[in-house]
Amino acid sequence: MSIDYTQRIPNNVDLSSDRRLQRALENWQPRFLDWWKDMGPDGTLNFDVYLRTAISAEANGWANFGYVKMPDYRWGIFLAGQDPNRVIAYGDNKGKPVWQEVPGELRSTLRRLIVTQGDTEPASVEQQRLLGKTAPSLYDLRNLFQINCEEGRHLWAMVYLLHAYFGRDGREEAEMLLERHSGDPDKPRILGAFNEKTPDWLSFFMFTYFTDRDGKYQLASLAESGFDPLARSCRFMLIEEAHHMFVGESGVQRIVQRTCDLMKEHKTDDVRSLGAIDLATIQRYLNFHFSVSLDLFGQEASTNAANYYTMGVKGRYLETRIDDDHVLTDSTFDMDTAEGGRIVRKTVPALSALNERLRNDYIEDCARGLIRWNRVIEQAGIAFELKLPHRAFNRRIGAFNELTVSPEGTVMSEAEWKANEHKWLPTDEDRAYVTSLMGPAVIEPGKFANWIAPPQRGINNQPGNFEYVRFN
Amino acid sequence: MADAPIDFRTAPDRYRHWKLSAENGVAYLTMDVNEDGGLRPGYKLKLNSYDLGVDIELADAVQRLRFEHPEVGAVVIRSQRDRIFCSGANINMLGLSTHDHKVNFCKFTNETRLAIEDASEHSDQTYICSINGIAAGGGYELALACEQILLADDGSSAVSLPELPLLAVLPGTGGLTRLVDKRMVRRDHADFFCTTAEGVRGKRARDWRLVDKLIPPSKLADETKKIAEDVAARSKRPKAGKGIALPAVERSIEGDAIRYDSLTIEIDRERRAAKFRVKGPAAAPPADAAAVHAQGAAFWPLALARELDDAMMHLRLNETEIGTWVLSSQGDADLVEAYDALLAKEASNWLVREIVLYWKRTLKRLDVSSRSLIALVEPGSCFTGTLFEIVLAADRSYMLDGAFEGSNQEPATVRLTAMNFGPYPMGNGLTRLGTRFLAEPSRVNELKDEIGEALDAETADELGLVTFTPDDIDWEDEVRLVLEERAGFSPDGLIGMEANLRFAGPETMETKIFARLSAWQNWIFQRPNATGPEGALKLYGTGKQSKYDRKRA
Repeated sequence: MSIDYTQRIPNNVDLSSDRRLQRALENWQPRFLDWWKDMGPDGTLNFDVYLRTAISAEANGWANFGYVKMPDYRWGIFLAGQDPNRVIAYGDNKGKPVWQEVPGELRSTLRRLIVTQGDTEPASVEQQRLLGKTAPSLYDLRNLFQINCEEGRHLWAMVYLLHAYFGRDGREEAEMLLERHSGDPDKPRILGAFNEKTPDWLSFFMFTYFTDRDGKYQLASLAESGFDPLARSCRFMLIEEAHHMFVGESGVQRIVQRTCDLMKEHKTDDVRSLGAIDLATIQRYLNFHFSVSLDLFGQEASTNAANYYTMGVKGRYLETRIDDDHVLTDSTFDMDTAEGGRIVRKTVPALSALNERLRNDYIEDCARGLIRWNRVIEQAGIAFELKLPHRAFNRRIGAFNELTVSPEGTVMSEAEWKANEHKWLPTDEDRAYVTSLMGPAVIEPGKFANWIAPPQRGINNQPGNFEYVRFN
Repeated sequence: MADAPIDFRTAPDRYRHWKLSAENGVAYLTMDVNEDGGLRPGYKLKLNSYDLGVDIELADAVQRLRFEHPEVGAVVIRSQRDRIFCSGANINMLGLSTHDHKVNFCKFTNETRLAIEDASEHSDQTYICSINGIAAGGGYELALACEQILLADDGSSAVSLPELPLLAVLPGTGGLTRLVDKRMVRRDHADFFCTTAEGVRGKRARDWRLVDKLIPPSKLADETKKIAEDVAARSKRPKAGKGIALPAVERSIEGDAIRYDSLTIEIDRERRAAKFRVKGPAAAPPADAAAVHAQGAAFWPLALARELDDAMMHLRLNETEIGTWVLSSQGDADLVEAYDALLAKEASNWLVREIVLYWKRTLKRLDVSSRSLIALVEPGSCFTGTLFEIVLAADRSYMLDGAFEGSNQEPATVRLTAMNFGPYPMGNGLTRLGTRFLAEPSRVNELKDEIGEALDAETADELGLVTFTPDDIDWEDEVRLVLEERAGFSPDGLIGMEANLRFAGPETMETKIFARLSAWQNWIFQRPNATGPEGALKLYGTGKQSKYDRKRA
């Protein structure tokens, strides 16, 4: 099979002159397409979708719009521009030039990091493969597909690194990325949250707001990597990740908007009778997705995170903007943890607390979207406030796993927690109700499902009745 | 040491880290380590990692399965935890432990792994390991002690020995030796495997002989059950047999005296010596195997083996400065001989076989206890057959020639029985007599003519069965001198010298495991690259990078 590489796989890594890489990707590409057909958005192979395709890493190159059949999407390989003077910003190798090749002693560590990151990308495509059937509008359907394609491209970015820098082991890992499947009992995805279902659009928006935001923070830490190709890949991926979170943030906001509009119009709290999603249910979904996403950051005290930092393979969020010694061997960090059945504040070595620090950055970032959502509620004159639950609420990983804590942060007995769980987390009834709203996809241009408001503006400034997806 | 003494006595209803169940001839040993159940404060047993306390329970379970469950023909070791089999010895625990505790810990875990292999090989109770996730370091070494290793084929479950790349030390429970000697993994594959921290999974793990079978995780439990039940069905253990209960070994510790039913120990702190006095049976042996079953754990040879075992473990861990064990006995040699005759006559009975195998392991434990062993054969002693193995295990033996002045006791004698000629091989595969007379193998055969004879000091000396035979005028001084001299030497030097001299003859997997363990532990484990302020073991978990001395020595 011969491929015109610059056309078929837009790239800025000089693919056409790298025979080793060509051979690897020629082998992998058909498997990827098979995976897309089997595990990608269900029944969509013939759709023409108004998608944005990155065709270069230049300022004007990352956003080219046009109708594309998804299997023909040009999954490209882009690294953010190279800074020839870049040095490692932290750890034992601070001040040394970044690595353009993988240092032998870091090979398996870097490979593991790349595989773990890479595994999440196709996982979310698999989790969302049936959502298109219940899309609330063409606009939303198109956004879903855009995200799916970009997750696919992020997979390509990680596979490129595996193929280009990790030899035979890297090729094997790249194949495994297509063999594990979300929720497959025999070959599950690596991280727990990526084996859960995304059964409805409220979950989808919450997922893209909260769980993709974990992805943003992981990518941002890897963008600080001393392994320059990884850092540059992640920096480019972050541009697309921002769009995913926009879909989540605006999606939740539009649901809140619709709910508030109906409450105001009908002067009632009972919006379920009007076919919308009540604010209390939205809060419960929020509680769920926030808490499981917190778990993705791992244990509070992490040897791995400390090692990654010291070795120079994974930094902190915006490492270079932090004002400290960037070595941290003598620094401490204050954090909440569980001890003797209570939440206590402890001072710990900063190096072992890097996961917790990243989790802090994440929580701060999560809070911003809630301000916008609450503004909508406030403008409607409704006395209700969406809140982030306490970080110890509903945790499965880390020290808080041993406590049962309310969203307000009160430690309580397991019995008391269980008795209140239905107020805090989506109940079976909530889920059944939300599912019941997910009717057949709304495919008439400009129309929206009853439970969600239209967006304020269209993609690429297209008009409200634009035909984002043609079904053929 | 301010820490409370470590007690090796436990029972399934007190386990904190394992669950033991049995069904259709298969026992399931399920690991679910309690994070907060460490033997000492200061570390958490995360991710099914273990410390000595976890292994004490495992050893207890392995032992009980042999005695209490004749109907069990296969044992499955598995994990309760999702996607984690076992992550090996707890590193923080190792970091906090003294050197002697680490060595004792490794030695005990090695003995437990060997007991697992002994059960598979000699008791027809075959161990199968079912790995549902990460099996790292000691976790994989536990699997290596089993006869079959089943691995979940889920794209992430892996086996690994990350000690070298992560900690700059070596696997401490025979991992390297079993890899190439037992599983016969090719050395180049083993080299890659042992330098790759994340290990090997899936097809490559099977192709390289690291595991035996790959099973999809959704079928792992059922397939494991099926494989184990097949193995159990082929076992020759008595499926309708009835086990005997092993109640806790009773002992009292008062000051420097430790008293069991058939054993007392007195500690002489000044001479850093512990005097063992083994008591012979009080009555004639029961008539046959059925009567042995009826006596159960009270049957003298079994009761004494359990007491000796417990005493050795106690002294090893809790009395580390007591460097010399003085071995003596007291009792009726005719009765001991009669017990040996019963053990030989009923050798095909499962329980009797277990008791003999247990004596074999107990004597091996004596061989590797890192103590100077001095046997004293005095009037009134009963070093006969099985008990004479204790004399043969000693580094030196002193036998009183004649009687003490003014005593009406008969002069001391020793006696050989058939038990000295086969059932109790050492780790090197030879009997103690065979090892003793490595230069003259025919001598061992000639000694068979002496079976049942009461051999006095002069004869025993002539036959080469004892070291020195002082008379009553010299006795006290001779004994005092050897103990004082021993107490004056460097304990490290003595341990090394004794181990070098004790295990003459061929190498076996077992001797390799212990010899290499002591070699690496007393060198690599002590070197700055591992335990210095910038060593890998010291810095593990801090996120700081170790700095190695790059010289090859």
